[in-house]
Amino acid sequence: MNGAVAGRDLRVLLLAPAVLAVLLLFIYPFAYGVLLSLKPPEGGWAANYARFFAEPRLYQTIGTTLLISLPVTVFNLLIALPMAYLLRVPSTRQRLIAAALVVPMTLGTVLVAQGMLTYLSPNGWFNRSLLDMGLISQPLQLLHGPLAVILSLVITGFPFAFLMLLSYVTGIDPSLGRAAATLGASPAAQFRRVYLPLLVPGLVTTFCLVFVQAFAVFPSAVLLGSPAGSTRVISLAAYEAAYEDFNYSMASSIALIMGAVQLAVVLLALAIRRAAYRGPASGGKG
Amino acid sequence: MRKFQSLQLDRVALRFGGFKALDDFSLTIRAGEFVSLLGPSGCGKSTALNCLSGLLQVSSGSIMLDDKRIDILPPERRGFGMVFQNYALFPHLSVRRNVAFGLEMRKVPKAEVEQRVERALATVRLGNQIDKLPGQLSGGQQQRVAIARAVAIEPPLVLMDEPLSNLDAKLRLELRHEIKRLHHALGLTTIYVTHDQDEALSLSDRIVVMRDGRIQQQGTPETLYNAPDNLYVARFMGYRNAFAVRMDGPCALVGEGIGAMRFDGLDLPAGGAAQSLAFRPDDVKLAASGIAAEVAQVEYCGQLWLVDLRTADGTHVTMETHERVTMGQRVQFHVAPERIRLFADAFVPEAG
Repeated sequence: MNGAVAGRDLRVLLLAPAVLAVLLLFIYPFAYGVLLSLKPPEGGWAANYARFFAEPRLYQTIGTTLLISLPVTVFNLLIALPMAYLLRVPSTRQRLIAAALVVPMTLGTVLVAQGMLTYLSPNGWFNRSLLDMGLISQPLQLLHGPLAVILSLVITGFPFAFLMLLSYVTGIDPSLGRAAATLGASPAAQFRRVYLPLLVPGLVTTFCLVFVQAFAVFPSAVLLGSPAGSTRVISLAAYEAAYEDFNYSMASSIALIMGAVQLAVVLLALAIRRAAYRGPASGGKG
Repeated sequence: MRKFQSLQLDRVALRFGGFKALDDFSLTIRAGEFVSLLGPSGCGKSTALNCLSGLLQVSSGSIMLDDKRIDILPPERRGFGMVFQNYALFPHLSVRRNVAFGLEMRKVPKAEVEQRVERALATVRLGNQIDKLPGQLSGGQQQRVAIARAVAIEPPLVLMDEPLSNLDAKLRLELRHEIKRLHHALGLTTIYVTHDQDEALSLSDRIVVMRDGRIQQQGTPETLYNAPDNLYVARFMGYRNAFAVRMDGPCALVGEGIGAMRFDGLDLPAGGAAQSLAFRPDDVKLAASGIAAEVAQVEYCGQLWLVDLRTADGTHVTMETHERVTMGQRVQFHVAPERIRLFADAFVPEAG
């Protein structure tokens, strides 16, 4: 049986729902946003963009967001990589840790932020414990600054980075490490000379995904940071434009600038990936 | 080559929980020998090899290289070259960098590294593929690179773990030849793991047949081929005709009643009582008078026919013959008594 009628393959029509969904849910809103951003309430078509890059309160949000999201991403990768490497051999321990790490991912940023608010507040468990142990004399001011936002992004981003890297590490043929060992490579040299080069593509992909998540930080920046000051991230600026000033055109412009910055970082990362070996990570027939 | 006199494994054992992957394994290997560990999968041959390489830690026993105890060293400090079944070439490194890997780990000066890499690749006849990635080479070429990589470090011992198993029949034969040539040309000491008796017979100075983590028999290929100690070794050496046997005085009986096969003038195994008997298909000869049988199946194998004979009581006997027979033909066959081996171990039907 086939779907060909009069020389035309009607099975192509099966693509229609998908194409429609992409058009309606992505292309149309995106195009609408682009057009909207070019029609400011006053001034020429580029007035929104000109205003964004003229007002420190606006353009500084790019730096603020990058200063939070880039270190978080790098930190997540730096702790996830050795963990994934050490747990590369399938074991009960590996499965338990992987399962435990899925939990914070499923909680979502708001719930994590709520939990941290209670736990890290001046009267929270953390400060009370330190006070009772006599380690501090005053409650530590942990909340409402970049540190708390960074911490929440580690809690939600690290499991994601770990699970992704674990799948990349376990995809590398274990006999390569063994071959390196018999050739005189210490465990550190096996990692540096064999595993790391083969992991570069996976590291870059993980970096991009973790970074994009962190760059769009919004709930924890509001709840845990100081949204008016040190954690005034770019998504917050877009939110203010849309729902406090009711300037949808400006909000669209900020959203597009946000996308452009993300894209720039991701393209930079992918350029690094191009330079690395990207073939199969096995040592021959298996 | 780093010089040594002998490598001694003394009662080496490896246990995983209650399972003995290797038990009471004692073996002495002299410099320059080619020793094969032969057995089916799960017999402990690869385990023994990995204990030697250091990729597995022995549970008890010792491994001595001359008077140096090596079983306590990690693999990177033993310095044995290893060749893997799946080649295990570093896919991101060129052929040159793969072969140079072990030398770089040893901090050999750069100029010398280049020289030794080129020499090693020339030995395996791959001098013209030096800047390719492993993925651009055929399976046979990849395994030759892996061999070059293992011998470039001039190890006292080269360990090969079923290096030919992933190759097709023709390449397997070619590379087998190559391995033998390299072993002699480079004066290597090689330990070779295989489940293929042809490989073991053609390559080895000595074969060690293993079963359930233990050594069953060791000796020269001729010894094992002509005088296997037990039925298990015999089957591995191509004794395809194996039967339970009943002794009637000096006469061995296979089967029951009037259709039983009778064999006279056999040598009894040490200890006396024989429970099984085996002979090889090429020792079954068509004769004017002998055991009567019907030809049940004929397979043409080029230079000979592999014939399945069925005797009066339905027992199957496999024969290799140069004479042409046809299915259904009634024949008589004979096996020379000196070609038949009696064993003290009980007959067990072959699994699979």
